[in-house]
Amino acid sequence: MNAPPANPSPEAARGPSFSLETTVGVGFREIWAHKFRSLLTMLGIILGVSSLIAMSALVKGMEKGAKEALIAVGGLEKVRVESQDLPVEQRYLADQAVGITINDVYALQGGAPLVTRISPEMRIPATVSANGKRFRPFICNGVWPVALEMSEHVIAHGRMFNEIDDEMARSVCVIGTATRDELWGSPEEVGKEIVPVGQTLYINGVPFTIIGMFQHYESEQARKERELAQLQAQQGLTNKVTGPVRNRGWGGKGHGGFVFWLKNATIFMPLNTAYMKFRTGGTPSAYSRGAAGTTSSTTGGTVPDARLSNLELKVASVDLLTEALTQARNVLMSTHKGIEDFTFRTQEDWADNIKLFIHNARLSGGLIAGISLLVGGIGIMNIMLASISERVREIGIRKSVGATTNDIFIQILVESLVIAVLGGLTGLVTSFGLVQLIGSFSPTDNAPIVTVGAMALAFAFSVIVGILAGLFPAFKAARLNPIQALRYE
Amino acid sequence: MALVELRNVSKIYHLGGEEIRALDDVSLEINAGEFISIIGPSGSGKSTLMHILGCLDTPTSGTIQLDGIMFQDASQRQLAGLRNRKIGFVFQFFNLLPKLNVVQNVELPMIYSGVSAKERRRRALGALDAVGLADRTKHRPSQLSGGQQQRVAIARALVNDPRIIFADEPTGNLDSHTGEAILSLFRRLSQEGRTIVLVTHDPEIAAVTPRRIEIRDGKIAEKVDTTLAGLDRIRPAETTAAE
Repeated sequence: MNAPPANPSPEAARGPSFSLETTVGVGFREIWAHKFRSLLTMLGIILGVSSLIAMSALVKGMEKGAKEALIAVGGLEKVRVESQDLPVEQRYLADQAVGITINDVYALQGGAPLVTRISPEMRIPATVSANGKRFRPFICNGVWPVALEMSEHVIAHGRMFNEIDDEMARSVCVIGTATRDELWGSPEEVGKEIVPVGQTLYINGVPFTIIGMFQHYESEQARKERELAQLQAQQGLTNKVTGPVRNRGWGGKGHGGFVFWLKNATIFMPLNTAYMKFRTGGTPSAYSRGAAGTTSSTTGGTVPDARLSNLELKVASVDLLTEALTQARNVLMSTHKGIEDFTFRTQEDWADNIKLFIHNARLSGGLIAGISLLVGGIGIMNIMLASISERVREIGIRKSVGATTNDIFIQILVESLVIAVLGGLTGLVTSFGLVQLIGSFSPTDNAPIVTVGAMALAFAFSVIVGILAGLFPAFKAARLNPIQALRYE
Repeated sequence: MALVELRNVSKIYHLGGEEIRALDDVSLEINAGEFISIIGPSGSGKSTLMHILGCLDTPTSGTIQLDGIMFQDASQRQLAGLRNRKIGFVFQFFNLLPKLNVVQNVELPMIYSGVSAKERRRRALGALDAVGLADRTKHRPSQLSGGQQQRVAIARALVNDPRIIFADEPTGNLDSHTGEAILSLFRRLSQEGRTIVLVTHDPEIAAVTPRRIEIRDGKIAEKVDTTLAGLDRIRPAETTAAE
């Protein structure tokens, strides 16, 4: 017989469905055939993905800056004891309230083992002058030498005053760089770093000898920027002649910058000196005697107290914070005769605030980026619907030569996915540009940090959006009746 | 056994509450190697008959047997498989994909039967050679004349080596000269042993086939078995022998 060779397998079952690479190829060809239209469609996904990444980078940067600032002020282990108004039920005891005194320090040293370090502070509202200029530092405190570690200060020049300076109530002080910058000029103004150790500084008109200066505190990013500028200046890459440019720490626009400025604008003097020079009443000998002997803390009532502005405590570990606070509270309740004229302020509140802020920023940013991705997805769906109504006849032809409902469904879905994936990949690339752009006018001075996790998440979202946007058009196309589709004009 | 067999096939459409019997109790046999025309005026039901024979549509009632497979309520997926492997279509308006070039259009059915890219290309070029278009493989359909486009469509119908080819008014969009060339191509394919069903409203075109089936109002009005009278039929005896 002359008929064509019979099909070896006469059953109606299908062979393997057409391969993925062929489908993806068809998808690419379809996109290439409508370049401009596809680009516009992709733009939605590109913007969505890059805004998601940029938002996450921005929040990440802020988070890092906030954590740095938290560490700069002493970390979570630091607790402040401040005086406060008496609770209502104790108001009548107000004239018996002793306030925070050096006795509390001794009592805590003896009775609160979970408190590892105690630093008393006597705040002096001060105007300092030297070199014919005046400056109001943010902090001018009489402290013990322990305050150096307590506030995470580092001496860069000279030395910190010691116990002997305190004992003798010497008129010495240690300054932060902000004081130097204001009175003698900053390195970038003068062109060289002035170290005013040994100079005389007048604090509220009282002469003090500067015996040390702290290092300059700044955020990591500010330091990097300054070092880069310095390096470029050395290599002659820039024509700046002013030398190393440095962030003063208070030109900063955000919270982090303020913390560093605060730290730079600090002047420390021995506690005894502050007491002797700026506070009246009481005798320094009685006060010194208390300082010398640890047992004298029990003699609380007989020693004339000098009130402190506050105490700073460092607890053994963050995990033991609650227990340490209870200990300290019990001790202070006894020295204060049960009068609650003090309060604890922990950095935990601040840390919680930071967490809350980061959470909110992430949520709102994520919402906005999510909406823009959604809009991108709607764009894809719209264009896919337009595309299939243009291609009804094509779908009819494909079906007539043997494409199954499934084949058509997958073809349209893959086309949608290809648009989304291309858009997503482009979005990953453009996100870097967007991050730079946002970084240049962002409200914080924390550089945005692009994380791999954020990129993966954004890309995954774009893929999901592509699939979701393709489902309905693909379903619609696959359902077309081949006869009607072939007749379609 | 006949290659295609319809038994009491009816197709009923409901249009606005009105019942339309597009096919009314049609029984029909087509043998392997036959060259048949289905003829009838528009609205007679010949298109519906072709759609059911070509597995594009399912009948409301009745059974169909195609190449040994009986089916009454085949799934869309099964129908697609049958269209893909056993049936080739040639349409009045060619129905080529404008975005694909000639050889890609011919490859299309093989994409859905899972043929490898290399094999696809080889077979597509072979089919194009068979219809005399081996030198036009990279052209777009829009760059070809109507006759050439119809040859591409025939190559596409042939490429999966189907058991039966349906041509729906294949000359309807061509001038008489080109139409004649296409018809002689079908004649040649028939001589090569292909089973071809020509659907037309034009008795002149139907005259080229040895056997004609006339459809009127959904029924087979007249069966003209001219197997022996077929002028261009080379081996009529073998067709009868196959029955």
